[in-house]
Amino acid sequence: MKPANMENTAAPLLEVKDLDVGFDTPEGKVHAVNCLNFSLKAGDALAIVGESGSGKTQTVMAIMGLLSENGEARGEARFKGQDLMKMSTAQLNTHRGKEIAMIFQDPMTSLNPYLRIDKQMIEVVMHHQGLNKSEARAHAVEMLRAVRIPDPERRIRQYPHEFSGGMRQRVMVAMGLLCEPDLLIADEPTTALDVTVQAQISHLMSALRENSNTAIILITHDLGVVAGLCDRVLVMYAGEAVECGSVEQIYYEPKHPYTQGLLASVPRLDQPEETGLNSIPGNPPNLLALPKGCKFRDRCPKAHDACKEKPPMQLDEQRHAWRCFLGGAA
Amino acid sequence: MIKHSLQRLLGLIPTMLMLITVAFFLIRVAPGGPFDSEKLLPPEIEANLNAKYHLDEPLVQQYFRYLGQVVVLDFGPSFQYKDWTVNELIAQGFPVSATVGLAAMILAFVVGTLLGIAAALRQNSGIDYSLMGFAMLGISVPNFVIAPILILLLAVYAGWLPAGGWDWSVANMVLPVITLSLPAIAYIARLTRGSMIEVLHSNFIRTARAKGLPESVVIRRHALRPALLPVISFLGPATAAMISGSVVIERIFSIPGLGSYFVQGALNRDYTLVMGVVIFYGMLIIILNFIVDLVYAWLNPKIRYDEKR
Ligand SMILES: Nc1ncnc2c1ncn2[C@@H]1O[C@H](COP(=O)(O)OP(=O)(O)O)[C@@H](O)[C@H]1O
Ligand code: SF4
Ligand SMILES: [Mg+2]
Repeated sequence: MKPANMENTAAPLLEVKDLDVGFDTPEGKVHAVNCLNFSLKAGDALAIVGESGSGKTQTVMAIMGLLSENGEARGEARFKGQDLMKMSTAQLNTHRGKEIAMIFQDPMTSLNPYLRIDKQMIEVVMHHQGLNKSEARAHAVEMLRAVRIPDPERRIRQYPHEFSGGMRQRVMVAMGLLCEPDLLIADEPTTALDVTVQAQISHLMSALRENSNTAIILITHDLGVVAGLCDRVLVMYAGEAVECGSVEQIYYEPKHPYTQGLLASVPRLDQPEETGLNSIPGNPPNLLALPKGCKFRDRCPKAHDACKEKPPMQLDEQRHAWRCFLGGAA
Repeated sequence: MIKHSLQRLLGLIPTMLMLITVAFFLIRVAPGGPFDSEKLLPPEIEANLNAKYHLDEPLVQQYFRYLGQVVVLDFGPSFQYKDWTVNELIAQGFPVSATVGLAAMILAFVVGTLLGIAAALRQNSGIDYSLMGFAMLGISVPNFVIAPILILLLAVYAGWLPAGGWDWSVANMVLPVITLSLPAIAYIARLTRGSMIEVLHSNFIRTARAKGLPESVVIRRHALRPALLPVISFLGPATAAMISGSVVIERIFSIPGLGSYFVQGALNRDYTLVMGVVIFYGMLIIILNFIVDLVYAWLNPKIRYDEKR
């Protein structure tokens, strides 16, 4: 099967092909990601959206080689042509933190509470760029300044618990950018934060993207955050890509009923308030025993007989792809 | 932090008072007295002796008299070792016990944590299972069983080591130190394994791995300290266990430590000696626990910080 947006002329930076992630559990195999395809060029910003539990985090964990012990990934994740899936941990370590950086979902627990911020930042640059301690520290202070942490010379000597949630997330962003990665993966970087801080962090990331041509994968379950930062959107449901397109296509011509439902649940400034905040009724399917046909069938308002079979990925000329029997040009 | 520590130190005073009180009255409750040995003493001599040691006074008066002495760390004369004060006996026995105990503690800490980490890093492997199997054995088999087995194997059959005695030589220390440390090694190994596995699953370890650091650095720099925190706080109780273990072990290996004096004292109703040893060890445990708490706080920035405020 062809990835949805393969027509790109430039060689992709990251190309994920037929990615499956499964977890062995006492109840059986949890199919967290199923046959996922997407790709990304240098400087692209892709949003991965979907309800919680749709496999967004595990997708990027698999790419980073950070799955839990009971997890197993299959498929390909080519980064600059090399398959990350086939690499040993030592090989992965030449890319992780240097060319691919990741910002995790939970800023409160993702920094080491026992080490000062300087130690945690300096080690990245010293390890990957061979800087000495004082160069590394100067660089780290500059990075903290870049993410607008006031008084960085003093703050860098503090422990994580002396920072607020928003400040910790800035530290995480700064830490991720220390080695000027080609790809920054941000897993719900703003979810735990209040709205103003959310906006600040998104601004920060888009500024950095413009300045250094860093490609970004932004994971979120909140379509509202996506618009300002990303140019393409991948919508996931039950571990599958159900729709992929430009931000405009997803916002204004969503083809998949699930995407339409997600959009209806986002409060939007350009629509009267009554339409806001109604999440899609029902629950996603059990990942232990996925249904054969369309996985969204139980919740889909447009479900019909054909949906008992697996719907094909449809693709239009504008690189807009969706997995549904409906919405075709015919 | 310093002010807080001083406050905590003052808070230890009631605990010590309680310890002295309990030690004093408990030994008096036990039947028999210091001077009913095999041959009966003439009543007038016994009365004289009782008067000399104030045993004829009302119990409460004796208690306060004793308290007054202990406050200035004077545990009085021994009833049985006629020319000795309890302080002198403690000064005689404690260095021996402390040497064995300290060596056993260090051995237990080093070997226990190393085994625990090895097991955690190879979780659910053959190595892990056999290490933890041995640890279970080490915890459940008591000293007085392990000691004779070791003596039989290493002293009697192999003839590598002396079966007992004490002349401050390393050869003399090996068996008692091993026997004393085995249960602690086992316990610390299990403790370290558990906490290391837990720490390795925490989010900040995932962050460290995502930075591309080699696994050895991840473990040394990021996982080791939090994984060892439970072990540090176990060192207080471990000291207590070592001390009670040493009483048995000093008997078995004929080591002239404080434990031997304690057993002698208890058998002979040597009130002052028994109380002296109990209070001395009690204070030692209380003070060591206090130090362990300080170290724990020092290793844990969150606690350090909260106390600063
Ligand atoms: N270690 C694991 N063992 C079993 N199931 C897991 C494990 N990690 C994640 N999962 C499951 O995988 C699914 C996808 O999770 P995730 O990718 O974290 O979702 P999200 O889209 O919210 O980031 C969830 O149903 C989750 O319960
Ligand atoms: S395939 Fe059928 S059930 Fe699935 S989303 Fe489309 S219409 Fe709904
Ligand atoms: Mg997630």
